[in-house]
Amino acid sequence: MTNLIETPVLERTLQAALRAGGDFAEVFGEDRRGSSGRFDDGRVEELTSGRSRGAGIRVVRGDTTGFAHTADLSATGLVEAAEAAAAAARTGGGGVREIALEARPSTPYEPEIAPESVPKARKVELLRVADAAARGEGGAIRSVTASFADSRRRIVVANSDGLLTGDEQVRTRFGVQTVAAGDTGMQTGYEAPGRTLGFEFFDQFDVEEIARKSARRAITMLDAQPAPSGSLTVVLAKGAGSVLFHEACGHGLEADLVQRAASVFEGKRGEQVASPLVTLVDQGAYAREWGTFAIDDEGHPAQRNVLIENGVLNDYMWDYLRARKEGRASSGNGRRESYQVLPMVRMTNTYLEPGTTDPDDIVRDTEHGIYCVQLGGGQVDTATGDFVFGITEAYMIEHGKITHPIRAAQLIGNGPEILHRIDVVGNDFDTWTGMCGKNGQSVPVSSGQPTLRVTGITVGGTAA
Amino acid sequence: MTAVDLLELARSVAGSAQPGEQIEAYAARTRETDIEVFRGEVESLSVAGVSGVGIRVVTDHRQGFAWAGTFDADVVAETLAEARDNASFAEPDEWSGLATAADAASVPVARLDLWREDFLSVSTDEKVRFAIDLDARVSNADPRIREVESTSYGDGLVESAIASSEGVEASVRRTVCSASSSALAEADGQTQSGFGFSLGRSFTELDADFIVSMATERVLRLLGARPLKSRRLPVVLDPLVTAQFLGVLAAAFNGESMLKGRSLFLDRVGEAVAAPFVQLGDDPTDAAMPGATMHDSEGVPCRRNALVTDGVLQGFLHNSATARRAGTRTTGSATRAGYTSTPGVGVRALSLKPGTRSFDEIVASMPDALYVQSVSGLHSGTNPISGDFSVGAEGLVVRDGALAEPVREVTVASTLPRMLLDVSEIGSDLTTLGGSTAGVTLVVSEMTMSGA
Repeated sequence: MTNLIETPVLERTLQAALRAGGDFAEVFGEDRRGSSGRFDDGRVEELTSGRSRGAGIRVVRGDTTGFAHTADLSATGLVEAAEAAAAAARTGGGGVREIALEARPSTPYEPEIAPESVPKARKVELLRVADAAARGEGGAIRSVTASFADSRRRIVVANSDGLLTGDEQVRTRFGVQTVAAGDTGMQTGYEAPGRTLGFEFFDQFDVEEIARKSARRAITMLDAQPAPSGSLTVVLAKGAGSVLFHEACGHGLEADLVQRAASVFEGKRGEQVASPLVTLVDQGAYAREWGTFAIDDEGHPAQRNVLIENGVLNDYMWDYLRARKEGRASSGNGRRESYQVLPMVRMTNTYLEPGTTDPDDIVRDTEHGIYCVQLGGGQVDTATGDFVFGITEAYMIEHGKITHPIRAAQLIGNGPEILHRIDVVGNDFDTWTGMCGKNGQSVPVSSGQPTLRVTGITVGGTAA
Repeated sequence: MTAVDLLELARSVAGSAQPGEQIEAYAARTRETDIEVFRGEVESLSVAGVSGVGIRVVTDHRQGFAWAGTFDADVVAETLAEARDNASFAEPDEWSGLATAADAASVPVARLDLWREDFLSVSTDEKVRFAIDLDARVSNADPRIREVESTSYGDGLVESAIASSEGVEASVRRTVCSASSSALAEADGQTQSGFGFSLGRSFTELDADFIVSMATERVLRLLGARPLKSRRLPVVLDPLVTAQFLGVLAAAFNGESMLKGRSLFLDRVGEAVAAPFVQLGDDPTDAAMPGATMHDSEGVPCRRNALVTDGVLQGFLHNSATARRAGTRTTGSATRAGYTSTPGVGVRALSLKPGTRSFDEIVASMPDALYVQSVSGLHSGTNPISGDFSVGAEGLVVRDGALAEPVREVTVASTLPRMLLDVSEIGSDLTTLGGSTAGVTLVVSEMTMSGA
């Protein structure tokens, strides 16, 4: 348990928050430290260290939430913020409510090697090694940007239901961006895995391999031909397409959007919303993936939530407020970027479970289509399910064989529609690391998926 | 703490520089109100301030940086020590370093009034009433509007100060207000969304009527949208879409990207990169632009920078370090994402010089085109280095000089360099959306549309 704020101070703050008559009050304390470095243009450009600590306090009354935050963690600072939050909730008047916090232990993931124990020189060395490895892929590589980032985030959550808990999250990420130049202009490659691990991350990931992957991607794309346009069969390689399901389906399964009637999945529990081959899970405690934690930012333990089971919509994802409205428990999906903002329903590690088909057979059985190895960013309109996605590495499939690379294409379609068009699912699996943005808040997430095939997605290429 | 106090704090940090050491401190403080309304009630009301300091240390051409989200004296001292330590691990770069006193005196400081005293006198209750009323008006504007997805009010005051051991000092304070509403409309089982917004420096400058009419018009005209068959055709971009494209294009004018060989416009200064009537510039001293300010993020005065004149590329934007490396002077274009980052290079108020005809006049002159009301996936769908792009689009067919049936689920594609050369008309309707770019109606003579 973290002792960022003393228990009696938390109790006093919650009492102050409820004095004016709120239904619920919460103190979220956070202490975050991190370091990052960037190697660009052949040298270590910069090392950065940052730290912030503070507390966000919310007071809920009826359907209205008041919120205030402070960087002053003294009893006076916290009580002032609590009073501001209570005023913002526009409460009437109320009596004094005693709050006795009961500590609930959580089991934070302890890193084997604390990032702050590793000499800066060692981290800088990794950047240099990555730069050399990327450049080793050939003269077409014109520039390399390698970066690392590690962070330690301690949180404490106390609320008027008597909950008191905390967590400590250590994350490490390493990325390499490359630019290759050739007769057809310039192309880029990007590779950036991240995990909820300390410096032992580098036992699992070889920075040279990360760099080489990035460089090969940029070089491969130099020979890419313009992508075709129109509705095509798309094979998504393991891991590669998982972000598409995160965007195109995951967001629509967030209970805040469902309750706002801004989701195509509203009112569809128990219905067949996908091919029977599809089982979609969100799991906050999944391995030590990038989106992993012991408790969410409202103090609820991470759990395994089956969203779609064999094609049938099983459940949405919930935070405290949305769950309360529905008279049920949170699913551990209440997350926030920092103490300065309110929590909302967010994904953690979202993945499609593997099937039974050999991935090689999936390609072999595809007469004509495209094979996507990496997607870029994407966007979805949750109300309609319509999405667009940039492809950063893809190839044509012709007569069951992967042929030439293609570039400059977007996938465009509708989330629920493609879920029905998944006709074969592979027995392999891989994950993707990312930052998920929603209402201006960015949180670490991962997604995962086996190789699978969708019988029709509109590909917007330039070879019309 | 006022802007003046922030300058004091920055000065005291910068004043601790030892011989052979350069120190820059950037201190910032914001105070924001955010109100979210849903179904006629306040869903959340947040009142919050953020403050912190970012410290840059340069020793022997090595740069280190550290930041902290507090003004606590002990933490600020630790942050300075950490920045010094970080500098010792960076590698020497002969061009690195802070802006000089000469940079800060390179042009006169623009006198801009970005602060509204009445901003402080508006009560939270008034703001709440405004947001609830706006939500109701959008909701009741038309029976086909099924739901207002969200109505928001937000305002903030920003104060910041920079001081360095090189004799640079600057401070600025600004107020901003905005409101927006996003409507969902439904017909024949199809849902569409459209939004309206208004910006100002104070509450009294917001225009609720405009938000209601904009959100309503934009959502209703998309009802019944369908994909079109793939083909090449002229495209009319909505001012908001043009502003988004300029946001992507901005990277091409970035002096740092140019020096690292990553700009689309590498080695093209003096060449025609756009249609001959295209004038493009970045002018942070235009107080009408949301991103307007007097000083850049290194404390150098801002000024208007012409980027494309009569279709010809004029040059790149620089901060002091990229300028030194390029053998030129800073253009006052240092930008930073608050106190947590070091200065990079960026635009603050990028815009095309408007033409003479309105959107309606332009549409009336077009026999066959696609009007693009909004795009999606612009950042993921654009390769900023090659300039290739393919983005999702929705809008309306333009037929025989009039807006006709709505279109969805298509993509439009071209390359940024091609698109600039293919500009065939610029509208008169300069519009800003709160970011660092402004848009106008833009006609591009040909793009590839991919549809059904």
